Amino acid sequence: MPTKIEKDATTGQDTTGHEWDGIKELNTPLPKWWLYTFYFCIVWGIAYTVLYPSWPTLSQHFSGTSGWSRRGELAETLAAQKAAQADTRAKIVATPIEEIRKDPALMGYVQAAGRVAFADNCAGCHGAGGAGAVGFPTLADDDWIWGGKPEDILQTITYGIRNANENSRISDMPRFGADGLLTKEQIGDVADYVLSLSGTAADPAVLERGATVFAENCAACHGEKGEGMHEMGAPRLSDGIWLYGGDRKTVVETITYARKGSMPAWIERLDPATVKVLATYVHALGGGQ
Amino acid sequence: MKFSHAIIEKNVLLLAVLSLLTVSIGGLVQIVPLFTIESTIERVDGVRPYSPLELAGRNIYIREGCYLCHSQQIRTFKDEVERYGHYSLAAESMYDHPFQWGSKRTGPDLARVGGKYSNAWHVAHLNDPRALVPESIMPTYQFLNRPLKFEDYADHLKTLRIAGVPYTDEMVAEAVKDVRLQAGALPDADTAGLLARYPKARLGDFDGKPEEVTEMDALVAYLQMLGTLVDFTRINPEDVQQ
Repeated sequence: MPTKIEKDATTGQDTTGHEWDGIKELNTPLPKWWLYTFYFCIVWGIAYTVLYPSWPTLSQHFSGTSGWSRRGELAETLAAQKAAQADTRAKIVATPIEEIRKDPALMGYVQAAGRVAFADNCAGCHGAGGAGAVGFPTLADDDWIWGGKPEDILQTITYGIRNANENSRISDMPRFGADGLLTKEQIGDVADYVLSLSGTAADPAVLERGATVFAENCAACHGEKGEGMHEMGAPRLSDGIWLYGGDRKTVVETITYARKGSMPAWIERLDPATVKVLATYVHALGGGQ
Repeated sequence: MKFSHAIIEKNVLLLAVLSLLTVSIGGLVQIVPLFTIESTIERVDGVRPYSPLELAGRNIYIREGCYLCHSQQIRTFKDEVERYGHYSLAAESMYDHPFQWGSKRTGPDLARVGGKYSNAWHVAHLNDPRALVPESIMPTYQFLNRPLKFEDYADHLKTLRIAGVPYTDEMVAEAVKDVRLQAGALPDADTAGLLARYPKARLGDFDGKPEEVTEMDALVAYLQMLGTLVDFTRINPEDVQQ
């Protein structure tokens, strides 16, 4: 119990008034600025827990008198953004890609939104800027597997290739070697012939045998002269552009085991406007026909 | 009467009882909210326990420390939702022991990576990340092309059952067969049972080697199902509102 507050002779400060076996202590209160900041924090804390979601209750939690929630705020932000872009996006869905390309306002939107959507969704496989990678086609050139017209690109992005979607693009190259359709020698011959289409020299006798095998087995999809066929997703073989590699070993492997690259149906993940934006963006990457 | 410490300080039993009461307040404040944790998990359809192959992939994910660079938690921010998809729900990791939310994003978030890339992409990327993403600093994981040890997966399921994951007796009994079935190592086998046990499971030979179940198969099967279980086009916004 404080008994007697005295003034300390040496320092001139008050004592606390406590005494233990003759020992007294000086009273040094907290600075005023500190004390009032501390009280303010307490008041702030109480106000905060009243206004915002805070205390747990028996079955839920107290959700605050302001009605704010993180998820609610996010929903509002996204809704506001959607509303702000709704007109442009509706116009993009309704306008054919050829028309979008002629409209500077829409094309500006496509370039901005397309770059972001492409980086998020496409660049993983097709590389930044559509540079492509082994097994994943380059999108910045004019060599197209399933067609480079705007509607072809839109179809490919929307429904994808060799996936579970019912509208997916599908073609099935036979496994000529693994399934015993061609002998090892025939595959070697036709590989040399395929390579010769893009200018690699080889023994004329081999090429003659290879040409026969090609005409009987490959030309139906890849064309008489290896010019490719977009409806079948059969790549052009005569342009020296290779999806899996143009060395003889890789070509033999491709003929032996076939290739079945696939692509997701993006309409299952993205909204129609984004898909359209991407198709327009990819078409404008440089190779669109 | 003025309150005095003296009574408490001079009575050891009273001091002990009152100390215990004081300390227990701190404990209760931390513990009691956990009794209501069920109420913080949204009631959404679709979340199911991992299939044995996915679980094996998850175990590899943990073994290789993928969580050190990849989070599995899309937060409620506009930029994250726009890049990765719908924010993560507590319900989506309710069967995770331990959860893989992570705390560091050196690589991208993986909470909804399922279905975003093809199996072939995942295999090529794990074999050599820089072949597809030149600026990537991810290590190569070529060694995952080795056989998966999965003879003991029934025990893994049983263990998780103790932790509260609702694996049925049927799931436990079929665990080892389900691994082979999902990885396409049993061609022409009937997968209807597997799909009934684990709806939306991705079937197929993930790494292009049908005869063998590899660690690559397991990891890709796991990656391909991440974030795919809840159908957000059918969800009622109020069910996930907090």
